[in-house]
Amino acid sequence: MARTMAEKVWQEHVVRRADGEPDLLYIDLHLVHEVTSPQAFEGLRLAGRSVRRPDLTIATEDHNVPTQNLLAPIADPVSRKQVETLRKNCSDFGVRLHPMGDIDQGVVHVVGPQLGLTQPGTTVVCGDSHTSTHGAFGALAFGIGTSQVEHVLATQTLPMEPFRTMAVTVDGQLDPGVSSKDIILAVIARIGTGGGQGYVIEYRGEAIESLSMEARMTVCNMSIEAGARAGMIAPDRTTFDYIRGRSHAPQGADFDDAVEYWKSLATDEGAEFDAEVVLHADEISPFVTWGTNPGQGVPLDGSVPDPASFEDSSARAAAEKALDYMDLRAGTPMREVAVDTVFLGSCTNGRIEDLRAAAEVMRGRKVADGVRMLVVPGSMRVKEEANQEGLGAVFEEAGAEWREAGCSMCLGMNPDQLAPGERSASTSNRNFEGRQGRGGRTHLVSPLVAAATAVRGTLSSPADLAQ
Amino acid sequence: MDKFDVHTGRAMPLRASNVDTDQIIPAVYLKRVSRTGFEDGLFAEWRKEDDFVLNRPEYAGSTVLIAGPDFGTGSSREHAVWALQDYGFRVVLSSRFADIFRGNSLKGGLLTVLLPQEVVEHLWRTVEEDPSTEITVDLVEREVRAPGVHESFELDDYTRWRLLEGLDDIALTLRHTDEIAEFESGRKPWAPVTL
Ligand code: SF4
Repeated sequence: MARTMAEKVWQEHVVRRADGEPDLLYIDLHLVHEVTSPQAFEGLRLAGRSVRRPDLTIATEDHNVPTQNLLAPIADPVSRKQVETLRKNCSDFGVRLHPMGDIDQGVVHVVGPQLGLTQPGTTVVCGDSHTSTHGAFGALAFGIGTSQVEHVLATQTLPMEPFRTMAVTVDGQLDPGVSSKDIILAVIARIGTGGGQGYVIEYRGEAIESLSMEARMTVCNMSIEAGARAGMIAPDRTTFDYIRGRSHAPQGADFDDAVEYWKSLATDEGAEFDAEVVLHADEISPFVTWGTNPGQGVPLDGSVPDPASFEDSSARAAAEKALDYMDLRAGTPMREVAVDTVFLGSCTNGRIEDLRAAAEVMRGRKVADGVRMLVVPGSMRVKEEANQEGLGAVFEEAGAEWREAGCSMCLGMNPDQLAPGERSASTSNRNFEGRQGRGGRTHLVSPLVAAATAVRGTLSSPADLAQ
Repeated sequence: MDKFDVHTGRAMPLRASNVDTDQIIPAVYLKRVSRTGFEDGLFAEWRKEDDFVLNRPEYAGSTVLIAGPDFGTGSSREHAVWALQDYGFRVVLSSRFADIFRGNSLKGGLLTVLLPQEVVEHLWRTVEEDPSTEITVDLVEREVRAPGVHESFELDDYTRWRLLEGLDDIALTLRHTDEIAEFESGRKPWAPVTL
């Protein structure tokens, strides 16, 4: 029978299937960070259990780490405690850890792919919802809760109910200046923050196929913002070329065998999805959010919507509440919205290509007066690469702050936060109330829009800088 | 994990849709490394408003939360479940839950019950008119009962059995260690390893 990619990967990992029970699924790669793991390790200790497969587990410090003065102890005692707890747990249980200062330290979803650990056809989990990022390789990758983290540590498996499948097809070719971030914001605006509920989304079509590996990760990363459990993209030459030569990629003849297998993963001709959505690339332009969930977005050319224009009463109420929180008036052109802060980084857009794209826009330009720009690489390796290419210097010469790796202002668990009432253009993935600091207001944007916005001080695209 | 069979208690109306986990428990509370004591973080931002429902004395001691659609969206933090439980909630009723939140809640012993939105609206009105109204959530019969409401709900047999028995997932899985080992012996030779 014709199968979708998600079904193939699932079936390949079923350890045990019994009537009336969830399938027991084998997990190939378990990523661990300091926020969602302490209680899981605590649980293991209390029950006298060990980590079944430390060799399929890897940890990094990301959510709490400061992005300045790495040599000083972490000032916030609670952040310090979480980081120290992770270090102790990893050492007690034999788990590989990339601590602050290490070249492979960084946001957990940047680290897996950069080491070549994220591979097509594997199952990947992490106690973090943006684990969907890894689906860009054709992996089945999903976020789990802390008790599931404990379950995977103890058994390397998870009891799982099957997902439904949704195809999101983006036909045609994107215009220059339109990025994968715009694709996913447009998708979420179309299907809503609950539209992907219960589904694994497979992104397909010409516009998706022509994306680079890192751009694909941006799309899959935000699948969760559409409510989906995971996002996937069929592995192809772009995928294989990206993996080849990375430190944990298969080597030599193994790589050829792996590629043969990876090629078999794509959804079969005639396989049926439970739901299908089609977009055309020419409908997609630089996209920005105006509200407090990622589905509340419009093209940058548009304006703040009038809540009265929403037919659904709860959408209308949500829009009113969002405009109030965001301090925006219906009808204001998005281009007139002025920001205090620009944040370039996160597991959505903190990779080398994102930094390159933004640096290209900023080269020879200055961050506008009164605007602060934080550039936070997704990992220390990304930082090193960027420095070698001279990108760090571009950001610094423009007047941006060029920081160390971490989650940073994506969620403001470290000192990088918005003050109450401050407004940001952010390349991260969530514009929830208070996400970047209490009372902070977030507009989600692509790296290109972030860079242009930093230069002009109001939401802008690179095209606005041309004249 | 405590067993759950039939629970009767007073209920709190939370008239808000799309309540994400950042609202249920703001990120700053995730810094802790313990497993208990999260009740002070529950809806911490909203609680700063005096008229927020959690601050209203007539709803103190509620054990059932009646929430709007799309409850628990956003980050996968299980602390959201712990915060609700530590505060004293045993059940959340809504017409739609975010998947990860729902999974977390059912594994942790917080019963999340899907009801039609009309029933949720009816329950909201009922407990707003009379905050002392008790709601019964019967997992044995898979039924919610309250004045004017007798509504069955769906929950798969397996999850229901686990909740009824108060069984923890890991203990269940470890009974199948042989099958796991057998699966491992058949994995691809080039499957990635971290060490
Ligand atoms: S960068 Fe943001 S979204 Fe990504 S893992 Fe860190 S906090 Fe989560």
